[in-house]
Amino acid sequence: MLLIDCPYCGPRNENEFTYGGQAHVPYPEDPYDLTDEAWGQYLFYRDNQQGEYAERWAHAAGCRRWFNAIRDTRTYKFLAVYPMGAGRPELAGGTR
Amino acid sequence: MSAIAEELPEQPDFLWHNPSPKKSYDVVIIGGGGHGLATAYYLAKNHGITNIAILERGWLAGGNMARNTTIIRSNYLWDESAAIYEYSMKLWEGLQEELDYDFLFSQRGVMNLAHTLQEVRDSQRRVFANQLNGIDASWIEPDEIKELCPPLNTSDDIRYPIMGATWQPRGGIAKHDHVAWAFARACDRMGVDIIQGCEVTGIVKDAGRVTGVETTQGRINAGSVGMAAAGRSSLLAEMAGFRLPIQSHPLQALVSELHEPVHPTVVMSNHVHVYVSQAHKGELVMGAGVDSYNGYGNRGSFHIIEEQMAAAVELFPIFARAHVLRTWGGIVDVTLDASPIVSRTPFDNLYVNCGWGTGGFKGLPAAGYTFAHTIATGEAHPLNAPYSLDRFTTGALIDEHGAAAVAH
Ligand SMILES: Cc1cc2nc3c(=O)[nH]c(=O)nc-3n(C[C@H](O)[C@H](O)[C@H](O)COP(=O)(O)OP(=O)(O)OC[C@H]3O[C@@H](n4cnc5c(N)ncnc54)[C@H](O)[C@@H]3O)c2cc1C
Ligand SMILES: [Zn+2]
Repeated sequence: MLLIDCPYCGPRNENEFTYGGQAHVPYPEDPYDLTDEAWGQYLFYRDNQQGEYAERWAHAAGCRRWFNAIRDTRTYKFLAVYPMGAGRPELAGGTR
Repeated sequence: MSAIAEELPEQPDFLWHNPSPKKSYDVVIIGGGGHGLATAYYLAKNHGITNIAILERGWLAGGNMARNTTIIRSNYLWDESAAIYEYSMKLWEGLQEELDYDFLFSQRGVMNLAHTLQEVRDSQRRVFANQLNGIDASWIEPDEIKELCPPLNTSDDIRYPIMGATWQPRGGIAKHDHVAWAFARACDRMGVDIIQGCEVTGIVKDAGRVTGVETTQGRINAGSVGMAAAGRSSLLAEMAGFRLPIQSHPLQALVSELHEPVHPTVVMSNHVHVYVSQAHKGELVMGAGVDSYNGYGNRGSFHIIEEQMAAAVELFPIFARAHVLRTWGGIVDVTLDASPIVSRTPFDNLYVNCGWGTGGFKGLPAAGYTFAHTIATGEAHPLNAPYSLDRFTTGALIDEHGAAAVAH
């Protein structure tokens, strides 16, 4: 089980959390402006890389707040957690 | 030679060769799992294309093909799904004979349990839809469930009593590694090169067409390229320069030690979430849902295993004394509508088969059949036409999430 460091509550067991997929995917500014193709991309396409992934988690069985994290999808190791609305942080050491 | 060694049976012949790659092939298939193998097989058999290489980064069928829980069924809700999975079932029914290889295909029946009123309604709707599509499906009640599968706890003395189940007698299991070997031998005999330890690291393009692949064994030119890389499909698409609507998740399973045969069918429960069968040798084989997060680590979190065991013990009290012998994980390629993609791509001669997610073992004969058709002709077969990448633009999704009980 992953140990996830909720920015509001501290480290808690994974099964207290809900996964929210890729972070930083804003709602289109003007949905009426989108082609079907672009709308499809917004609805159904998410990045799926190997390595550092910016993603959302909710502490569903705790403070019930959403936050972002950067996690390595190969090792599952959390590299950073940060609040919703904040930009993606630069990771120290320039890990890649 | 010692007396003991003399008594041992002969080492069986290898079922396929391990050739070095040629400079060029008519078709290069990326991925030596069940889908890649079946695709090469049908390309050779149905379309007379035999100058084919299957490139596998690891060892043959070392991915999801030998990690799945081998459940085969075709009782899906939507017409498009019923059509392709039932076609697959029919192919399964002839494959042992066709490939001349006994891979223990056992049509022992698949039961999808319902534990809530909503599940009862959804399940009955699915049974009616299946019947309209000519699929052997029926709704059964606790008495009949108990008769078909005596170790199941059908009493009310359980947290989520079993209210009924859908029953597909033709569903069942098969020995997955033997299925791969059967296809590999057949492919090899028809002249297909199976190349293991050969990772595709780049897709070579020239003006909108793909001309070959870069691999850890050098560049290999190709007339057409078919991707059948399951959990790693997004990585290949990225190399080619397009996106797939896929998220890769760990999916785990487990086996117990060997037991006397006590469990005669395949039982799946969406609500308490576990599926259980007993393999031919006697292991209990169990699985459940994916780990929630994206991952490529070939492992998942242990609470997923604990939860499926708890569910299994609730349904089958006699399993309480069984032990976990082994757990493992594969990486499955999940789409948003839980349906596969067997499709052309933005590049003329590059094709993709992926998105089978948690349930592609049962589908591999039909996937291979239709994907081979698409690669050979450049056009979809009627069975895979609804499964094109276009559906994520047109919105013509085939939403099997939930509709088809547990997704496997
Ligand atoms: C635990 C578990 C249980 C499951 N249970 C069931 C079930 O009961 N019933 C069912 O129908 N389905 C089930 N599935 C799903 C099923 O296993 C998959 O949908 C199916 O195996 C996918 O097709 P495949 O066999 O070709 O995949 P794989 O065997 O994963 O084949 C893909 C191959 O591509 C190779 N590859 C990837 N990238 C590259 C590259 N760059 N270069 C070269 N090679 C590459 C990989 O190494 C791999 O061998 C389960 C899966 C898992 C993990
Ligand atoms: Zn919290």
